[in-house]
Amino acid sequence: MDVKTWTYIIVGITFALYIGIAIWSRAKSTSEFYVAGGGVSPLANGMATAADWMSAASFISMAGLIAYSGYGGSVFLMGWTGGYVLLALLLAPYLRKYGKFTVPEFIGERFYSKTARVVAVVCLILVSVTYVIGQMKGVGVVFSRFLETDYNTGLFIGMGIVFFYAVLGGMKGITYTQIVQYVVLIFAYTVPAIFISLQLTGNPIPQLGLGGDVTGGTPLLAKLDTVIQDLGFNQFTTDVMGSKLNMFMYTLSLMIGTAGLPHVIIRFFTVPKVKDARLSAGYALIFIAILYTTAPAVAAMARLNLTQTIQTGKVGALEGNLEYEKRPEWFKNWEKTGLLEFRDWNQDGRIQYYNDPSGLGEAHFALEKAQAQLATAESSKDQDAATLIAETQAAIIVAKKQIATAKTKHAKTDFAQHGWQGNEMVKVDKDIIVLANPEIAKLPGWVIALVVAGGLAAALSTAAGLLLAIASAVSHDLLKGIMRPDITEKEELKASRIAMVGAILMAGYFGLNPPDFAAGTVAIAFGLAASSIFPVLMMGIFSKRMNRQGAIAGMIAGIGVTLLYVFQHKGIMFIPGTSFLGDMNENWFFGITPNAFGAVGAAVNFAVAFAVSKTSAPPPAEVQELVERIRTPGD
Amino acid sequence: MAWLLAVWFLVSYGCGILFVDELNKISLGGFKLGFWMAQQGSIYVFVVLIFVYVRLMNKLDQKYGFDKEDEPESDNKEDA
Repeated sequence: MDVKTWTYIIVGITFALYIGIAIWSRAKSTSEFYVAGGGVSPLANGMATAADWMSAASFISMAGLIAYSGYGGSVFLMGWTGGYVLLALLLAPYLRKYGKFTVPEFIGERFYSKTARVVAVVCLILVSVTYVIGQMKGVGVVFSRFLETDYNTGLFIGMGIVFFYAVLGGMKGITYTQIVQYVVLIFAYTVPAIFISLQLTGNPIPQLGLGGDVTGGTPLLAKLDTVIQDLGFNQFTTDVMGSKLNMFMYTLSLMIGTAGLPHVIIRFFTVPKVKDARLSAGYALIFIAILYTTAPAVAAMARLNLTQTIQTGKVGALEGNLEYEKRPEWFKNWEKTGLLEFRDWNQDGRIQYYNDPSGLGEAHFALEKAQAQLATAESSKDQDAATLIAETQAAIIVAKKQIATAKTKHAKTDFAQHGWQGNEMVKVDKDIIVLANPEIAKLPGWVIALVVAGGLAAALSTAAGLLLAIASAVSHDLLKGIMRPDITEKEELKASRIAMVGAILMAGYFGLNPPDFAAGTVAIAFGLAASSIFPVLMMGIFSKRMNRQGAIAGMIAGIGVTLLYVFQHKGIMFIPGTSFLGDMNENWFFGITPNAFGAVGAAVNFAVAFAVSKTSAPPPAEVQELVERIRTPGD
Repeated sequence: MAWLLAVWFLVSYGCGILFVDELNKISLGGFKLGFWMAQQGSIYVFVVLIFVYVRLMNKLDQKYGFDKEDEPESDNKEDA
């Protein structure tokens, strides 16, 4: 059977399972819709939390990013697991003890203010929608490959599936479905990793295979270091992402973002006892760690396999590069999605994929794009075609100049002496690595199909959890809590479904031009959570003196400063071309990337909150008692 | 609990980022130690940390006699 048939079968079976469970346990009352009646065991809850947690970013995107950033990619590994320690130690037990449905509800009551609740709702929606954009990117990649269409079509199909899937059930449906989804996704992630680890190192455990030897006796990582360094890339095991400071902030931002993510926190409201809340967080981390310790092995092995598929022989040898005509099937399939592109700059019919610091390949590509734009502009009958033509003509001149400078620079490299004329893999979307990995390693069709099913399970489980958090924020906090307290349960459910649809449409729209790869987009969401929700929860639990004014000012300042920084480098509302400072090292504050800025935002949040609360009246006595009460054990 | 957080900080930010170069000079099987800490070791330590915490807290609950009774339904279900 071919890959496509296998994919239909396996994806079909898993979907039938999810939907079956959703229908079987359809939510009846609002309380069930949000927190599953509080009757889920810690082990099951841990598994569901892990599925909820590990999204397209972890499954589809992360290993691809690590494959390309090597050691630098550790920020994702440490950030997305270490946050759990904070969550379990500092937040989960207390929030559970407080016994409310949602995070804004807690914030509203702890800070005795409807305004605080509204601000929290707004932050939560911003975080969740950004997060869903990342999922949409992942789902789009999966569907485009699986149905062999372009990325945009894949994205629209993905939106449809998420809509159908998430709007149907409630939390209870989702909790049971997510347990199944966890099993699917962890199986799908580890099976190909085991195969590939066996192939490369003879060790079936990927975590050990990563430290194992490849044929010939060299350690895998040492081999990878040499292979990619020969092609001008940085050494895999020491490649720092930006600077050490940036990596520190990035990790911190992801960690405290984890502990401030509403859809994860909401899970700890679903366990009956405080004791169980702690245990759930522990189980969840074990289930997460299985994937997270496998991911670096997947990354390193995929990078080695990919490089050696293209660079088949010695760098510079005539026969050392793969002939384009002889490219493997997976290469052709990914070309169809537009996520992988090749241009034969030196017209030798072979593929040269290397890190060319002069940017010659990119400059050639920029010229090609500008020329294509010019052609469309000239054939268009629009009124403003004239300005467009002038603009593209100017872009062509710039691109030509760039090619000239790059050529002089490139001529001085060793690569030029091999007759290479710029990197020819002009587009390699890092989000395709995990999906392409089993194909690159020539694994059987069912393994490839399994990975597709796993990727979808990861994306869907998280998207559903997030949409639920958005829905409860809008219907429960905004509508029932503030605007219309007399709303009926039926209306509340209806409103929450409408909110989900709105969120899917918005995320889909931004997913057409995602601000980053799936994991990068999700990192931005974490930055926003880190800068708004986490500090205010911490202060709400641990500072009796923190008052309404401080919390509100802190949240606004924290998320404001983070959003501003992200928009200024990535474009306003992520629309390309609207950034007022380029997304590059010279423009970054102390070299901190926008994805890592949440940690700075959190510091601003704390500072502003403390300053403001010092200058205003302390919270009323009953609120101080409440803080005292949630911090005593038991009860 | 403070020392749990200290370990948390040390393995991730300490070993994984700040002192990674020094640790990389030591090799562990086919790994450089710093690289291993950042991509594997820290995660294992996190898992251990949570379970140590769960144990400590359960002991604390036992000491104050909170372990036997079931959590009563929350007493403030009314809305803000």
